[in-house]
Amino acid sequence: MNSAPFAIETRALAVRLDGREVLWEIDLAIPPGRFVGIIGPNGAGKTTLLRVFLGLIPPARGEVRIFGYAPREAHRHGIRIGYVPQRPQIDPLFPVSVRDVVAMGRVPRIGWLRWPGREDRRHIERALERVGLAHLAGKRLSELSGGQQQRAFLARALCSEPALLLLDEATTGLDLPAQHDLYSLLQQIRRDLQITVVAVSHDLLELASHADELVCINGTTHVHGNPEFVLHSHKLREAYRCEVDFLAEDRAHHRAAAGAAPEAKR
Amino acid sequence: MSDWLAYSFLQRAVVAGLLAAVTCGVLGFFVLLRRLSFLGVGVSHGALGGVALGLVMGVEPVLAAAVFATLVAWSVGWLGEHGNMHEDTAVGVLFSAAMALGVAILSASPEYRGDLFGYLFGNILAVTGADLWLLGSLSVAVLTAVALLFKELLFASYDEEVARASGLPVTALHYFLLGALALTVVVAMRVVGVILVEALLVIPAATAYQWATGYRELLVLAIAFSVFGTLGGLLASYWWNVAAGASIVLVLAAVFTVSVLARRARRT
Repeated sequence: MNSAPFAIETRALAVRLDGREVLWEIDLAIPPGRFVGIIGPNGAGKTTLLRVFLGLIPPARGEVRIFGYAPREAHRHGIRIGYVPQRPQIDPLFPVSVRDVVAMGRVPRIGWLRWPGREDRRHIERALERVGLAHLAGKRLSELSGGQQQRAFLARALCSEPALLLLDEATTGLDLPAQHDLYSLLQQIRRDLQITVVAVSHDLLELASHADELVCINGTTHVHGNPEFVLHSHKLREAYRCEVDFLAEDRAHHRAAAGAAPEAKR
Repeated sequence: MSDWLAYSFLQRAVVAGLLAAVTCGVLGFFVLLRRLSFLGVGVSHGALGGVALGLVMGVEPVLAAAVFATLVAWSVGWLGEHGNMHEDTAVGVLFSAAMALGVAILSASPEYRGDLFGYLFGNILAVTGADLWLLGSLSVAVLTAVALLFKELLFASYDEEVARASGLPVTALHYFLLGALALTVVVAMRVVGVILVEALLVIPAATAYQWATGYRELLVLAIAFSVFGTLGGLLASYWWNVAAGASIVLVLAAVFTVSVLARRARRT
């Protein structure tokens, strides 16, 4: 196992898209084995930051390290990054079974010019069991509900035995119980597999209930710490440019009410 | 039937048809999955420029078309990535330019106009033994390479972003697929001609899509429909004395229509 002190480390990271600086001065240090939530308003650069971690967007300035390596180098050193996108760019009617989709996640592990062996098949079945889809493995993906499909994509990400799992608004379109179940599952996966989980989300309180740390960004890092600290920080309001009140009965059943302040618009 | 196969030119036609059918069936699977139908049209029409260059330069036209079509396909990929335009726009620009080049060259060389008709609409009955070796080599090369890279191509075609995030060289795989598509077009060009080659690429896979419940089934059915259409078309061409390329496409279109109607009937 890699002995780097941080799963993700960024120093003065800046990113430009179409000539415009969308992220600047991002300094993060996420130790291995943590469950970190990245929050922020629309257009804050959350997805962009995730894409930088994945090596899909190069930094304009500064540095990003995944277990000590540049993101594109990490794969070459055997560090796998599992990724669950917000809306997979797939043909929803293409005839693939849930097992086929999950097996695709194993492809980078299998390697070139090789076919899946017994060990690979075992990992595929285990990933299906872990997300509770073993009984639906033979079904067509299009026959599954939105929540089940997200679990299938999560199983695909787990199939490569990732050291780091990145999720981009994976709960979009799911109802509250399904959101809660997915976050609980992520918490369990993090515990069982000892991997680092980074989830981008708008579900402030659901994420706060499950994550070890929250990072709030809006172009740059506004506040980073344990969920209690972040949710009560004035910097959260600063990042969202609005008043944020939490009506909490208990940590598992939070609801948020956000009232836009006049100065909310830039 | 025995009559039919007694002629050596028909035997060669059947072998050439089978080579084209299997190769197009396999590539059609990816054309469908990646929605590259228009690219197929572009590359096939663009191959005509290569044929024309080959004829006037004294180079084997099939080889010249293979090189030219590959360059057109890769140029489309490059423009789609770096040219500030969508890939279908690049196809529209390059395919018309390449085809215009072919027409311009051949219009200035009247002695080759007879050959042009064969490449436009196919002349499977004129396939020679040497042609078969060339088409066979191209088919085997394409099918072997696709088989070796199948799982990576499937992943990159199904979910490009996640495949790229997983560390797969998605851009290189895309260029590989474009090259394989260009070579497949050239193989099928001798059978149905550049005008109709798209049918052999798209219709079998689209027909299979009506029936398949899994991607393996889709692949097998695409090949099966492609082979059925090619052999059926050749037989129809022999019996009714019509152009072989057009017969093949009409048989494929008939099977597709029946499949779509049957699928609708099954649903209701």
